Amino acid sequence: MGDVCHTCTACGITKARSLRTQYNVHKNSENDLVIALAGNPNVGKSTIFNTLTGLRQHTGNWPGKTVTQAQGNFQHRGRNFILVDLPGTYSLLSNSLDEEVARDFICFGQPDATIVVVDATCLARNLNLVLQVLEITPKAVLSVNLMDEAKSKGIHVDLDTLSRKLGVPVVGTTARTGAGLDELKEKVFQIAHGYEETKPISVVYDPEVDEVVQQLLPKVRPLLYGLNLNPYWVAMRLLDGDESFLQSLTRYTQRGELWQEGDMALCPQ
Amino acid sequence: MNSALPLSQMPVGHKARVVTLMLDGFSRRRILDMGLIPGTVVEVLRRSPLGDPTAYRIRGSVIGLRKEEASRIIVENQ
Ligand SMILES: Nc1nc2c(ncn2[C@@H]2O[C@H](COP(=O)(O)OP(=O)(O)OP(=O)(O)O)[C@@H](O)[C@H]2O)c(=O)[nH]1
Ligand SMILES: [Mg+2]
Repeated sequence: MGDVCHTCTACGITKARSLRTQYNVHKNSENDLVIALAGNPNVGKSTIFNTLTGLRQHTGNWPGKTVTQAQGNFQHRGRNFILVDLPGTYSLLSNSLDEEVARDFICFGQPDATIVVVDATCLARNLNLVLQVLEITPKAVLSVNLMDEAKSKGIHVDLDTLSRKLGVPVVGTTARTGAGLDELKEKVFQIAHGYEETKPISVVYDPEVDEVVQQLLPKVRPLLYGLNLNPYWVAMRLLDGDESFLQSLTRYTQRGELWQEGDMALCPQ
Repeated sequence: MNSALPLSQMPVGHKARVVTLMLDGFSRRRILDMGLIPGTVVEVLRRSPLGDPTAYRIRGSVIGLRKEEASRIIVENQ
């Protein structure tokens, strides 16, 4: 090991460096906040992205992947936010290239908050991804988009009840006109700073599954030290035999050696 | 009584309810992620000229499935 701690993302230098090299995310200042934009295909993610970032954006590819990456900046209350548009997916678990990119950024890019955009005209289908994101991170805000379409179809979305049930802020938006985007920025500001606490709904698994997960947890927790990643969810992926996730875990956290050593002796803190 | 059959055999225009998925691993996951969980109502919208893929409506959205996949989704006629 060199003099930089690779095992602890509590260390700002390591975190900034890994964001830059692994995802091409460039922070101009330590105070910049990184926000991921996730959602099903065709729900208006890019429209929200374009409206929020205007011309301050950059597109390229995800490092090492043939998947397009768009990044841009917006300011709110004197803070700079780096918005990262993720590929549209229905899930983070079926291992398509798009899903791997989205999953890895939410898990290992350690965004300060994740916006999940959903389609107000077919909420049920979209909630699958929402639950998956909320299992990984509590720092999420829901943007219920296409509110204009929903209205013209006579669909009423009870945003308050949805927010109460999911345990995270919910904002109604119409990206096409920009309606709701100011409120969305404000919620993102609150969540990214931790000013507003969330309490995401937790998925309850069968007792047999839970019992096995409980056995894995003591081994999983130390591996995630300094990473804001739900150990229960990681244990579920191990039970799934999700090779792709395991590879990413090893690659992005550079903790491969720890699987053998099984301790945190490498961390100076 | 309703009888169970593969979704691939449902005629265009008909509605069916998902009974079970004869799939596992990531292909099972993919179908579940599309919202095709047991109990879900599926409407057969149209078949492409060669019969593959077929468009289905579930939960207000339209999805396309290959015959191979649809043949492993067991449904009952509504
Ligand atoms: N009526 C209406 N249309 C919208 C709204 N938001 C986006 N759209 C339209 O929906 C379509 C899809 O929007 P995109 O922003 O490309 O969606 P996306 O989520 O980025 O799609 P993918 O990147 O393909 O997953 C476009 O035609 C948008 O103009 C909205 O709030 N209301
Ligand atoms: Mg897009």
